[in-house]
Amino acid sequence: MYLTIDNIQKSFVNDRKENVKVLDGINLNVKKGSFVSIVGPSGCGKSTLLYLVAGLDKADSGEIRVDGDLVSKPGPERVVVFQEAGLFPWLTVLENVIYGLNLKKMPKEEAKAKALDVLKMVHLSKYVNSYPHELSGGMKQRVSIARALVMEPDILLMDEPFSALDEQTRMVLHKELLEIWRKTKVTIFFITHNIREAVLLSEEVVVFATRPGRIKEIISVPTMKDGVTPDSVTLNTEQRILSILQEEIEKVLKEEIGDDYSFKTDHLHRGDSGDMGSHI
Amino acid sequence: MFPSLTQVLDTLFNGLVSGQITLAIGKSMGRILLGFTIAIVVGLILGYFIWRYKLVEDTLGFVVTALQSIPSIVWFPLAIIWFGLNDFSILFIVTIGATWTMTVNATSGFKNVPQLYQRVAKVYGSSGFHFLRTVILPASVPQIISGLRIAWAFSWRALMAGELLGGGGGLGQLLEMGRSLGQMDLVISVMIIIAIIGTIVDNVVFSRLERNVEVKWGIRKRA
Repeated sequence: MYLTIDNIQKSFVNDRKENVKVLDGINLNVKKGSFVSIVGPSGCGKSTLLYLVAGLDKADSGEIRVDGDLVSKPGPERVVVFQEAGLFPWLTVLENVIYGLNLKKMPKEEAKAKALDVLKMVHLSKYVNSYPHELSGGMKQRVSIARALVMEPDILLMDEPFSALDEQTRMVLHKELLEIWRKTKVTIFFITHNIREAVLLSEEVVVFATRPGRIKEIISVPTMKDGVTPDSVTLNTEQRILSILQEEIEKVLKEEIGDDYSFKTDHLHRGDSGDMGSHI
Repeated sequence: MFPSLTQVLDTLFNGLVSGQITLAIGKSMGRILLGFTIAIVVGLILGYFIWRYKLVEDTLGFVVTALQSIPSIVWFPLAIIWFGLNDFSILFIVTIGATWTMTVNATSGFKNVPQLYQRVAKVYGSSGFHFLRTVILPASVPQIISGLRIAWAFSWRALMAGELLGGGGGLGQLLEMGRSLGQMDLVISVMIIIAIIGTIVDNVVFSRLERNVEVKWGIRKRA
């Protein structure tokens, strides 16, 4: 196994000084070159797990290893693409992409050539010398992906990278990301709350339970030999994940709204009373 | 007692040509540039420590806020006792007038650097001085510029007050000389020069700097 997450525990202290468990005994193995998504209701700790893998945060116990090496701090071999692009507004697109390469002490010419290559891959060759504010949301996120890819990371960590984008842009970026993944063979660890997105993109979907966050089920998405998944299979998988998540969503809603709310019974009730004797 | 407009313009022109006013301008500008530069450097360094260490923030940070509220000319008597009535005393109050403002602005600039930028930099392996140079400093540039602007205004006022009382050449002393000679045309000429320099620096140097940064960052649209 390439990325191994072994029995991770993590808790936070909240505003009321209570200890809140966010991650409880997470065990996960990710193969090299695979595309793994994590879905779960908001607040289930999926982003926390990503930060732990990135090395931006420390677990209370348990360990994370990449290719056998223990993760203890952030490193250029585990690059994160955040929900917001997070481009530096004082640098041009090209300078933003080169930022990480400079830190690697790569010669200037080589770094520039490489950055231009990657920018071409995300179709932004025309905007090399633009400043971030001149780009649209989708373009910014593409630069942010380019900035990550240029590092040739072992693992690309993506934290809901498309959730702030509009539907059309997201669809285009899904396609581009899949192309990039097939081309570069990079391992992708993808966090999302969008079930469709997870099923469309990944080979394996890890469904998270919440409070505390733990792995509920791991579902592999069947793919045809040509890499295209038929709609019926996608839909089926989606339904399955949704039904697993239903219970979790209900738990969150109950905690937030109170006991009067029930996702499931509400549904059933309407079914019964809505039946106006059509069976006669 | 009040001079005519032509008399003022005449004195102003002659003063600029003969070098009386020109030399004073040079002397004053030299002082303020030195004092201002020291204030920027000290302010940035203090700002860094206040931002970086909680203990420094709780102690020095509080003192700085208190010191900031003292008008810089108030330091002058103390400066005279410490350094004597000389150039150094004037430089001291020019510097101290700008330092605290600069410190306060630098601190809040550093503190307001978005978490996202810091995370991004860390992910790519930036740390230590590189992190400071490539993320914290550039990200706080807008705030630092507005700090520079206020700091400049403070030290310009301190400089005039200091020169007026402490002598040693410069526009302030020329003003005092005009007063003691009863030469009101000279006094008004110097006042005009002081106003012009103040306006030029604020409107041309700092406004332009601010606008350039804002346009580059996309905070303000290109006019």
